[in-house]
Amino acid sequence: MNNKLLGRVAFYALVVVIVVFSVFPFYYAIITSFATGTALFEVNYWPKHFDTSNYESVLGGRTFIRSIVNSVFIATTTVLMALFLAVTASYALARVRFRGRGLLLMAILAVSMFPQIAVLAGLIELIKFLGLFNTPWAMIVSYTIFTLPFTVWVLTTFMRDLPLEIEEAAIVDGASPWVIITKVFLPLLWPALVTTGLLAFIGAWNEFLFALTFTLSEAQRTTPVAIAMLSGASVQEIPWGPIMAASVIVTVPLVILVLIFQRKIVAGLTAGGVKG
Amino acid sequence: MANSIQGTGRGPSLQQQRQRAAFWFIAPMLAALLLVAAWPLCRTIWFSFTDTSLDNLYGGSWAGFDNYLQIRTLESGRVLYRGTLVDPDWWNAVWNTVKFSVVSVLFETVLGLIVALVLNAEFKGRGLVRAAILIPWAIPTIVSAKMWAWMLNDQFGIINDILLNLGLISQKIAWTASTDTAMTAVLIVDIWKTTPFMALLILAGLQMVPRDIYEAAKIDGINPVKVFFRVTLPLIRPALMVAVIFRMLDALRIFDLIYVLTPNSKATKTMSVISRENMIDFNNFAYGAAQSTLLFALIAIFVSLYIWLGKVDLSGEGGK
Repeated sequence: MNNKLLGRVAFYALVVVIVVFSVFPFYYAIITSFATGTALFEVNYWPKHFDTSNYESVLGGRTFIRSIVNSVFIATTTVLMALFLAVTASYALARVRFRGRGLLLMAILAVSMFPQIAVLAGLIELIKFLGLFNTPWAMIVSYTIFTLPFTVWVLTTFMRDLPLEIEEAAIVDGASPWVIITKVFLPLLWPALVTTGLLAFIGAWNEFLFALTFTLSEAQRTTPVAIAMLSGASVQEIPWGPIMAASVIVTVPLVILVLIFQRKIVAGLTAGGVKG
Repeated sequence: MANSIQGTGRGPSLQQQRQRAAFWFIAPMLAALLLVAAWPLCRTIWFSFTDTSLDNLYGGSWAGFDNYLQIRTLESGRVLYRGTLVDPDWWNAVWNTVKFSVVSVLFETVLGLIVALVLNAEFKGRGLVRAAILIPWAIPTIVSAKMWAWMLNDQFGIINDILLNLGLISQKIAWTASTDTAMTAVLIVDIWKTTPFMALLILAGLQMVPRDIYEAAKIDGINPVKVFFRVTLPLIRPALMVAVIFRMLDALRIFDLIYVLTPNSKATKTMSVISRENMIDFNNFAYGAAQSTLLFALIAIFVSLYIWLGKVDLSGEGGK
């Protein structure tokens, strides 16, 4: 009996450790974001100060709001384009038998595993050739490299698991493949589209290497680059307060979205990975 | 499936019609991937065999393997070696990348397995725990790098404060600046951020293990540890193998965390960081292209070996 109790205590202790370890850094960033001046440099475990001037200085700055607009525009456009291309392609990959299908799927998966740095030199050339350097379209074009394979892969897995019967009636009625996609599959696909769209959005929102390389002016930066580049009056003076405020601003919407859609996200993540 | 539906003999069969439609459905996606993935990759490899510079992308001329390895015999008989393959900075980056990848993935797998086992048990507040572990995953890498940089700050950081209060250290540690601890700092942040992802992938595998196996083992009075190693682990091995390869590929190409958390630290510079540095910052465009080509080759070889030796079925078509 005592042993069982001890086991339960140990189990819940482990649970508490996991939760504290997961949440504490974000909690501490929030506390720091409300501290200014000397209060910033004392270590506080509990919220003691409530000073919004860090937020005012970040949002009142010349370019941070612009960076948020850039990020929203880039991530949204990337996701919509990826989903549009992926829906038709994954229908064909999941529901039509043709030679080389398995090979094609493996090639698509291989692209999603590309180290981004391996295409960077070639992408710089392409972006400059297309005249997109230092514009949002540089990111929209280059993010396709990871959003598209991912959405195709997850949607293909999803459509492959739908029963045959839903399509058969439409085929017998002589519906064209396009009608089958838009009228039969799309209504069933909504949940999967929301999940993959959200995951692709997070990927595009967080991307750093391409955004760092393809932007020059402050006004074109995305939020990760803007946060990485936030600097003080001198090199030694890192503005920790505003950095934490900016971090909280870009993270809170993401955390809320993730918590709302958590079940769907877990399903989407695992569809992308575990199928063996 | 569509094989069962045959054409009537007049005109193209239904199967042929569907295949033609499939071609047009796939073509735009394929064209997009060729443009943004295959073509730039080929160009990168091409650049690595030239002496192209960043400000004159079309002015490069063929340089053979010079960026990789150049052997020149001087008149005096001395032999000079140049190129990435004899560059100590490059090999330092290779070593850093391998060290980072192996250690981080190892920790993430073990910790992820523990978290997954916890989440697989039924207890009050399980939903809350799952929500909590999703938070590190949802936070952008750059933000987590900054958050931890602040927590690991040598003077005002909370980590040093905690360790001092617990008496684990006697003086404050410059986590990110000191070469001895920079790699540890990077590993801590990466493990914090990515263990949830690992846990969720493993959890999906765990949930496919039928519950009655555990019930049966419990009735027979078999030690839970033994059940884990003899029954659970072999059953989730496929899921585990896939999760590990995904993480490994991600770790081998790491860039953003290191670029922000420990900029310019020799102890943490990885292959991606040093390639970009050469390509953009040092204006050694072709040299950086050669280094990124080597990274690509390394990852390609690793994946092929892993899939071949581990008999991993990534396509998901194996059972169908």
